[in-house]
Amino acid sequence: MARIVSAIRKISGFYYDGFRNMSWWGNRVWVIILVKLFIMFLILKLFFFPDFLETNFRSDEERSEYVLEQLTENN
Amino acid sequence: MIENVDLSLVNWSRGQFALTAIYHWLFVPLTLGLSFILAFMETIYVRTGDEVWKKITKFWMTLFGINFAIGVATGIILEFEFGTNWSNYSWFVGDIFGAPLAIEGILAFFLESTFVAVMFFGWNKVSKKFHLASTWLVAIGANLSALWILVANAWMENPVGMVFNPATARNEMNSFLDVVLNPVAVDKFTHTVTSGFVLASVFVIGISSWFLIRRRDEVLAKKSILIAGIFGLVSSLLVAFTGDTSARTIAKVQPVKFAAMEALYEGRSDAGLTVIGVLTDSGERIGEKKVHDMKMKIEVPELLSIMTTGKDEGYVPGIRDLVNGNPERGILSVSEMMERGTHARQVLTDYKMAKEIGDTETMSQLAARIMGSDFTENYFKYFGYSYFEHPWQVIPSVPLIFYSFHIMVGLGFFFILLFILAISFHRRMTLEKNRWFLWTALFSVPLVYLASELGWIVTEMGRQPWIIQNLMPVKVAVSNISAGAVQTTFWLFAILFTALLIAELSIMVKQVKTGPKH
Repeated sequence: MARIVSAIRKISGFYYDGFRNMSWWGNRVWVIILVKLFIMFLILKLFFFPDFLETNFRSDEERSEYVLEQLTENN
Repeated sequence: MIENVDLSLVNWSRGQFALTAIYHWLFVPLTLGLSFILAFMETIYVRTGDEVWKKITKFWMTLFGINFAIGVATGIILEFEFGTNWSNYSWFVGDIFGAPLAIEGILAFFLESTFVAVMFFGWNKVSKKFHLASTWLVAIGANLSALWILVANAWMENPVGMVFNPATARNEMNSFLDVVLNPVAVDKFTHTVTSGFVLASVFVIGISSWFLIRRRDEVLAKKSILIAGIFGLVSSLLVAFTGDTSARTIAKVQPVKFAAMEALYEGRSDAGLTVIGVLTDSGERIGEKKVHDMKMKIEVPELLSIMTTGKDEGYVPGIRDLVNGNPERGILSVSEMMERGTHARQVLTDYKMAKEIGDTETMSQLAARIMGSDFTENYFKYFGYSYFEHPWQVIPSVPLIFYSFHIMVGLGFFFILLFILAISFHRRMTLEKNRWFLWTALFSVPLVYLASELGWIVTEMGRQPWIIQNLMPVKVAVSNISAGAVQTTFWLFAILFTALLIAELSIMVKQVKTGPKH
């Protein structure tokens, strides 16, 4: 157990030091990554990209019936 | 909905997907190739202990990091679009897309959170050998990660290893091996990753040339040019080889695309390979599609036949053969395929009607028939043709495919020459004296990105009108959403991507100007 705790400490310390001592470009790209992820997941995904079948149908059976309808319509 | 599909919805959805994919692909090939160049450089450092190689590795690692960070997660947007804009397609492909993408996601997560972190944070904190192992694992992992995406993409061009289940309206994987060892996937993976190696090599040589033009950091520049020149030359020869095998596979599984790549309208024995050609409108039409003549061309006699069939008198079908059929050559006409596809769709309609009235006996009979190998091979294989009204609708844009393909191939040979010259001038120690070469290498950087994007234009535009070859045309794949919503997100993406690209370029240019000293 003590070895696991020590390993976790070492690994978290490794990441902590890495982020603390990042260079100029490292800081800049992290800001860009965070802004990008925020825009993608909290704005685009939530407000502009709902999953069409997940949103409009309650079960997989309804979804498959809808797609089957789409595939065979006007036949 | 399908017959009356809103074309502006289809076009905006396609435009949006193309925009996202093109943008995503600006980052991926550099990651694939530069990761290996870093691994080679760091290996030399660890083996020799020469601190100059450490400095060189760290400089290119900075540019790798900027590219990797800006590009990371841009591919996820494509998955958003599948769910929102392409829901019929997403459902129809079932788990075939899901399995490779899930493997890719897990691989990417572990790769990015562990070994990339060691690469950047681990200098002087972990042993040299562990750091080197991490760099190699990033290179191998990034390329393996691409494998799964390309397997999924290859399935769309040559759907294998699955059976369509009418009960779920999905294709279900029945052979993972067939999906992974799909000949299109094997060719696509080898061709794509090696083209990424070429792109990264040209990138390294181009930037190193800029240092030599500015007469600074000459040791870094010359050593980098040597590594990238050798890696680029080997890779570009592999690109040519895998391009050849790739074209042979395309000729089998997507013959219309292959004919469009060569603008071959009439099938020929002893077909020559066009090296350079200019197309002109012949005034003829196949349905509503223009037929193009070669205004001028330089051709290598019989080479296309040899490359495609292995024989100089081998027959290469043209677009007319493929649309109208050629019984002598065993080529089915599109009309015949439309009839077979329509039959397949009728059986599926009968299944749906039996389901609606709760006739379980008919349902199970029809399901067994649809999933049987005879029906799959002779009818379901042509399912997508049932959505066409005219045979000529299977013809893609010939000029776009022809020019994209020939410019890409021409640039490929130009890069081979560039690598040979880079190695040669390095050996003679005359790199600085040949300033014309340094400028050419610098201006080759945008050209290699152009070649890389053109490759995808040939792949994706060449298979139009299909989203899944022979099974689903693009117009059937779209969701029933408003074109206005897609238009809005198209412009949002255009703004977001432009801003990110400007950010990347400005950080990268600043780091290049700073150089390895700081």
